[in-house]
Parts: sequence; C-alpha cells; structure tokens
Amino acid sequence: MLHIYCPYCEEFREEDEFHPVGEAHIERPLEPEALTDEQWSQYLFFRKNPRGLHHEMWVHGAGCRKFFNMTRHTVTYKILETYKMGQQPSVVAEESE
Amino acid sequence: MSDLVKVESPLQHADFAALSALTTEGGVVLREDALLGHVNLRGNAQDPEFVAGVAKALGLALPLAPCSSAQNDDTTIMWLSPDEWIILVEGGKEEATEASLRANLTGHFAVSDISGGQTILELSGDDCIKVLQKSTGYDVHLDNFPIGKVVGTTFAKSSAHIRRTGEQSFQLVIRRSFSDYIWLWLQQSSKEYGLRIAL
Ligand SMILES: [Zn+2]
Repeated sequence: MLHIYCPYCEEFREEDEFHPVGEAHIERPLEPEALTDEQWSQYLFFRKNPRGLHHEMWVHGAGCRKFFNMTRHTVTYKILETYKMGQQPSVVAEESE
Repeated sequence: MSDLVKVESPLQHADFAALSALTTEGGVVLREDALLGHVNLRGNAQDPEFVAGVAKALGLALPLAPCSSAQNDDTTIMWLSPDEWIILVEGGKEEATEASLRANLTGHFAVSDISGGQTILELSGDDCIKVLQKSTGYDVHLDNFPIGKVVGTTFAKSSAHIRRTGEQSFQLVIRRSFSDYIWLWLQQSSKEYGLRIAL
C-alpha cells in the first residue's frame, strides 16, 4: 500500500483514496488545427513509460477530488515528491549511486 | 395535483423511530440527522471579497485550513477542498442560505442546493471508534483526528466525509445512493458491540 501525501489536504493518505491518471505535464496544443496528424497523435496517444523517474498525475478521488502531480520511481515505486497542478517537479534526475 | 411534496430521508425505510423505542444496550449509538439543508459552495479562497461575502451571508467565517470546519448555533461549514465547502443548515433554510450567498457574492463562484443528494449519520458511543476502524483506513486517533477536523475518505466500499464532533462522536456525510449500503454495513460491523438507535 502506498502512502501518498496530498498537497491539497496537506497530509498522507492511504492509496485507496487515490487513482493514477497518467503522465503529467502534457499540454493541449493551442492550435490543434495547425498540427499534422502525426503531431496530433503524439499528443493524444504517445506516452513516455520510462523505467526510472516518472512525473505522473494522480487524483485524490475519495478526498478533496483534486488532481495533483507526483514524481515516482517506476522500478522501486518510491514516491519522491507530490506537487500541485501548475507547479514544476523539483526532482528531475535520479541520484547517482 | 397536490402542492404538498413529502420529503423523505433515503433511510426512511429503516424506521429509526421504531428502532429507537427498542431498549437495546449498545456500545455504538447511531442517529440520522435527516433532512438538513446541504448547500455546496465553490469559490476562490484567495479572493478576499469572496471570503468576506461568505462571512457576511452566513455570519460564520469560511474555514480555509485544509480539513477544518466551522460551526455556530445554526450553521456548520466543512472544508472539502481548497475551493469547495459544504454548508449545513436546518432543513427548510437551504433556500434562504443559497439566496443570501448569491446576494453577497460576485464574480466566479457556484452555489448548489444538494440537500436531496446526501444525508448525515451521527456515530457515537464507547465503541464507535472500533466501528470506524473497521470502516476506513484513515487514522481516527485523537492525535491525528482532533475534534472539528473533517476528512473525505473511504468508508467500507463507499466514501464519506467524516467530521469529529467529540472524543467519541462523529458526523458522516454520505451519499443518498449509498445510504442503505452504509446502514447495512453499520449494523453488521457494530453487531459485536451492540447498536442503539437514537432520535
Ligand atoms: Zn486531497
């Protein structure tokens, strides 16, 4: 069970209260009609799916019902930070061993 | 066609009045605070005009800290999220509350009367904590869950907003469509302690 810090409720809650939503920081193109089909499909369907650090969006469904962002390691499942929508991650590189 | 509309609690069929007449001993006491006015409010807590307008309309300051609540003799406000609150008033006063908010607020806000969509259960008694511990993963210890705190969390296979009103008393705001399920759940999970229905 993951223990997740909701940046809006400002406390840790059980994983049961949350749902993962997918990759974070995907911006909708301002002029979709100016894009090629390939560019549009990149926006719609293609995701990073990294092995290692991942910035992803979650929703606190049973709590405040807010979306927020999380930096999580996809191998160890370690959560390095959670942060509000509109904010940027502070952890962007894996610590070297 | 009659002008009279009979409002019923979603737990009308449980007949709490008849159950309360039974002299069951019990470590868990359940009471439905039925048919209150529930008004959902949304707005920008960073906007001082919004916060002042709500205080003027309700005579009670909006709780701005996460998971907090505010209460006076006739109104309870619970924080649901940074831009959402539920306001509880005496049944029948929800329309006046909504009108008063609309009269005192400007700009980007939303007020919705959702009285028909949810109900309130009050859980108390010496063993109510044990029942809560079976029902939610949230830590209900007094250190983590002081009086006045309100949390949206899972409750059985449903969810609830739980507000602590005393060391051994809690309010559960539950959805109308889940109320029968939660009523059955509470009967089962309090069986070993005994359940008393209060009016
Ligand atoms: Zn939250």
